[in-house]
Amino acid sequence: MRSHLQVVAILASLVLLLVVLELVRRRRLFERYAILWLLSSVVLLVLSVSGGLLGVVSRTVGIKYPPSALFLFALGFVLLLLMHFSVAVSRLSDQSKVLAQRLALLEERLRELGQREEGGEAKPVAISAERGAAPEPPAERPPAVLGPRGAVGGRRPPTR
Amino acid sequence: MRVLETHPGPRAAPDGAPAARDGQPRLLAILPAYNEAVTVAGVIQSLRRHAPDWNPVVIDDGSTDDTAHLAEQAGAKVLHSPFNLGIGGAVQLGFVFALENGYDYMVQVDADGQHDPRYIHKLVEEMESHPKLDVVCGSRFLTKDHRYPAPISRRTGIHLFAFLTSKIVGQRVSDPTSGFRLYNRRAIALFARDYPHDYPEVEAVLLLHHHRLRMREVPVRMFPREGGASSINSGKSVYYMVKVLLAIFVGLARRRPGIEPGDEAPVTATHSI
Repeated sequence: MRSHLQVVAILASLVLLLVVLELVRRRRLFERYAILWLLSSVVLLVLSVSGGLLGVVSRTVGIKYPPSALFLFALGFVLLLLMHFSVAVSRLSDQSKVLAQRLALLEERLRELGQREEGGEAKPVAISAERGAAPEPPAERPPAVLGPRGAVGGRRPPTR
Repeated sequence: MRVLETHPGPRAAPDGAPAARDGQPRLLAILPAYNEAVTVAGVIQSLRRHAPDWNPVVIDDGSTDDTAHLAEQAGAKVLHSPFNLGIGGAVQLGFVFALENGYDYMVQVDADGQHDPRYIHKLVEEMESHPKLDVVCGSRFLTKDHRYPAPISRRTGIHLFAFLTSKIVGQRVSDPTSGFRLYNRRAIALFARDYPHDYPEVEAVLLLHHHRLRMREVPVRMFPREGGASSINSGKSVYYMVKVLLAIFVGLARRRPGIEPGDEAPVTATHSI
């Protein structure tokens, strides 16, 4: 199967391999995500270099025209990679949801602290001091800001 | 209200809410709101009039209109999400807030005016008269008075979910998509840890069941939306159906849905395919 096709296949998989390695070298691609790419480019490279192996593989699967076995492998890897990305995206969206929730809670806490300080009772509540400020370890995570009661600023209407 | 039990946690009001008088449970009303400027103030006012013991907190889920400002003016505390989390993420933010600020009970009220705060006391009465309950849910379909105005397609979907969840849970659940719910401390703790991402109500019923928490429904009337846009329009309703059905059936095959303390984190950096 010495042909232009083989040369193209070799070159393509070689370029893929080098691009992946270069991206990892520049830290543009994490090793965790590079491994599947590396695996796929190496397998494709080996199959295109060794026409004999490709022939054996395609005969066992029942493919008449060996180069199309290359497509089969490439397609398989593409599906695998896409699945990998879907999993990664799910993980990332869950992480960003948790981060957004924590951010909203922190912002609220900060606003409360700011209002308490403005509220005259100049009891400086440093954020870093929060952890040690809980009088006793409650069952849940300690909501530890023990500001003066009723020192909340004027945002809350007086009807409360 | 007096009979609701308090939990023995911290009694301070770290969120700046008026501290509960001794022996009084701390009560939180969560209003998830995404672009509900038309209705949010009215809902808060109604809440303050008809359920004055409940501390209203609006979860501004990345609104691009005046929702947050109007809610603050109406006297609610507002938690700002930096972007749109979806109803599941927004309500879960409420659970985390309730948990960390030592609230004993949390009621979830839609900011679009569908839920009538006048019914909150009905949920509370049910919780009081059945101390083992963890969640009380307002249902549109328990009364003879079927005036809930919804297109037939939506009602068919709801009844399909109702049928499936009732079968799985082993008790009648007439309105599993209702978000008008009262939660006690146990339910708050469960959902703060694990709550579905989007269209969460049906799955939440199943989660309760799997964790042996008890839920009951009480009949309520709901209004058609007063303004804004429902999160469920025609295009999304197909996704809604498929997503919830997938979650129901995949959930059945999960050995232990939800996460127990000490389990591996559901999301870890090391997971890979």
